[in-house]
Amino acid sequence: MDTSFMVKFLPMYVKAAGLTLRLGLAGIALSLVVGALCCMARHFRVPVLDRVAGVYIELARNTPLLVQLFFLYFGLPKVGIKLDAETCAVAGLTFLGGAYMAESLRSGLESVDRVQQESGMCIGLTPLQNLRYVILPQGLATAIPSIGANAVFLIKETSVFSAVALADLMYVAKDLIGMYYKTDEALLMLTLSYLTLLLPISIAFTLLERRLRHAGFGSAV
Amino acid sequence: MRDLAVLFKGNNPARLLGGLGVTLKLSLISVVLSIALGLVVGVLMTLKNPVVRAVTRLWLETVRIVPQLVLLFLVYFGMAKAFNLQMSGETAAVIVFTFWGAGEMGDLVRGAITSIPVHQRESGAALGLTQGQVWAHVLLPQAARRLVPQAINLTTRMIKTTSLVMLIGVVEVLKVGSQIIDAARYDAPQGAVWVYGAVFLLYFFACWPISLLAKHLEKQWACQEG
Amino acid sequence: MSGYVLEIKNLKKSFDGNGVLDGIDLAMGDGEVVVVVGPSGCGKSTLLRCVNGLETPDSGEILLDGAPISGMDMVQVRRQIGMVFQSYDLFPHMDVLGNLSLGPVKALKRSNDEVKAEAVQALARVGLADKLHALPRQLSGGQKQRVALVRAMLMHPRLLLLDEITAALDPEMVREVLNVVLDLARDGRTMLIVTHEMRFAEAVADRVLFLEGGKVVEEGRPADFFHHPQTPRARAFLDTFEFDTVKKA
Repeated sequence: MDTSFMVKFLPMYVKAAGLTLRLGLAGIALSLVVGALCCMARHFRVPVLDRVAGVYIELARNTPLLVQLFFLYFGLPKVGIKLDAETCAVAGLTFLGGAYMAESLRSGLESVDRVQQESGMCIGLTPLQNLRYVILPQGLATAIPSIGANAVFLIKETSVFSAVALADLMYVAKDLIGMYYKTDEALLMLTLSYLTLLLPISIAFTLLERRLRHAGFGSAV
Repeated sequence: MRDLAVLFKGNNPARLLGGLGVTLKLSLISVVLSIALGLVVGVLMTLKNPVVRAVTRLWLETVRIVPQLVLLFLVYFGMAKAFNLQMSGETAAVIVFTFWGAGEMGDLVRGAITSIPVHQRESGAALGLTQGQVWAHVLLPQAARRLVPQAINLTTRMIKTTSLVMLIGVVEVLKVGSQIIDAARYDAPQGAVWVYGAVFLLYFFACWPISLLAKHLEKQWACQEG
Repeated sequence: MSGYVLEIKNLKKSFDGNGVLDGIDLAMGDGEVVVVVGPSGCGKSTLLRCVNGLETPDSGEILLDGAPISGMDMVQVRRQIGMVFQSYDLFPHMDVLGNLSLGPVKALKRSNDEVKAEAVQALARVGLADKLHALPRQLSGGQKQRVALVRAMLMHPRLLLLDEITAALDPEMVREVLNVVLDLARDGRTMLIVTHEMRFAEAVADRVLFLEGGKVVEEGRPADFFHHPQTPRARAFLDTFEFDTVKKA
């Protein structure tokens, strides 16, 4: 291992990790928004939107991000829709992640006992009040682990961004392998970078999940 | 609609389908290997032995945290250099997907086995069944019902993830797509939107029926358990 | 005005072609306690659920204080009707006070302090003064059901519906819950109760309705119904309890 090489190129990795994290977090945040909208459309069975959300979720969950990105980045400009690489990346990640978040949120809401919803109705809450005070707090708690898994999954998926010419971690590693033949160093730093990014997130969600489980609501018998 | 024709020009349809064939072949080999290995790993994961537990746990966390593309790079570029071993992209892909899939499958198997309530095992034993009979007639049939839909879902994840192998030089459906686009750059400048659209749909129609099957089985078996 | 709190006229309801309620008539005066008994699947719960709109009847009419509820906003109707279920209906993510004040504060827009003062008082009355900030999972089944009763009562409903509220409880907890219900009856609350506790039914009811096959088979004062049932089917139903008791003892 050539440590001086690694030190020299560390700033490049840091910069690339910054880009990965920035695009990843933007994608996750927007995925949650899209997911929440889809989930509401399905939860309240909003006519038309319910169907649209259903089709979108199936499309996004059954196709790879790389193909979605190629379509956005290489395909759309040919018909006059030009997006820069970063916008494409975030749009693609959101398209993919929105569907996963929608499913996590939905199964969280569905896990709430029917009697809970009826109890809310019986004390005269409006459907929105019922959602806000009764269903959401419980459903979200159930959905947290799977939202966390999605967050980790989405950041991992950003590794394909290099394919649309974004200077992310994969891109830097590939560059170093191609230009300097420092394969070991480049790959080691690549792996460590992802671990540094993802381990804290993964551990944070594990702890959060454990705390929620210990708080132990759910249908306590 | 301009340039849609590029999709149907010459042997382009056959090439695309051939590419899809490579995608599906790689997925299928990896899935079969993953399931076989995963069954063993999963049973190992239920053992109380701390060393076995630590190792399998580390394995699982590794494949969960490190992106598959990074694993592909590690194997394709890293192993090639470390062992001076020129392996094809396809071999690297199968190694990586099996390493990843077996870890995931192992965890599914572990989950399915531990999900069966203890009293099921005890009830079986109380009827005078041998340990083997309890496994064969009581535990495995119940575990399988949980496992099969999830294993099927793993297949769709595998198929989607094979799209990455074009980045280590394997010519699969996405790569064939970009080759077609490159070749028709002047005849069909808008070809990219149609070709990548077609690849998108090919992936969708490869994965969607499998997803539906998993969902159907899950629902049906959940109902039967009442 | 009819003077009835609740009137049900020829109520019919079926699920997937199976008739569950087949023409139910009932009129309840102010302060009256009506207990509905009958074998499982006779439509008792469905009857209660139709009254506050958790199920939509196929035909027939339900009037609350003389006004048909079909023409009213169901949210408004439910604010006048309290309901307690078999179990699991406290909100697990809120403490007892949170459970009690959610409806009065959010639905009825009453002030937090006022509701809290009332909640403290009401809890004391059911023997749970020290549980104001307990979480539902820290309570026993019987305590949970008492809180659920208080939660319903804090809405000051015109009518209270109780759907087998002791069915999921351990036997020793049944009594503490039923005592609260008896207390409410003495206060002159109008209640429609579904229960399997025959002795309790006899003690609390002004009138008993025996439901079978979606129809009211027999109706009468509790003393008459439990000791001199008129129809053979009511007699057979009451006998099953005797038989069960003997066998289990």
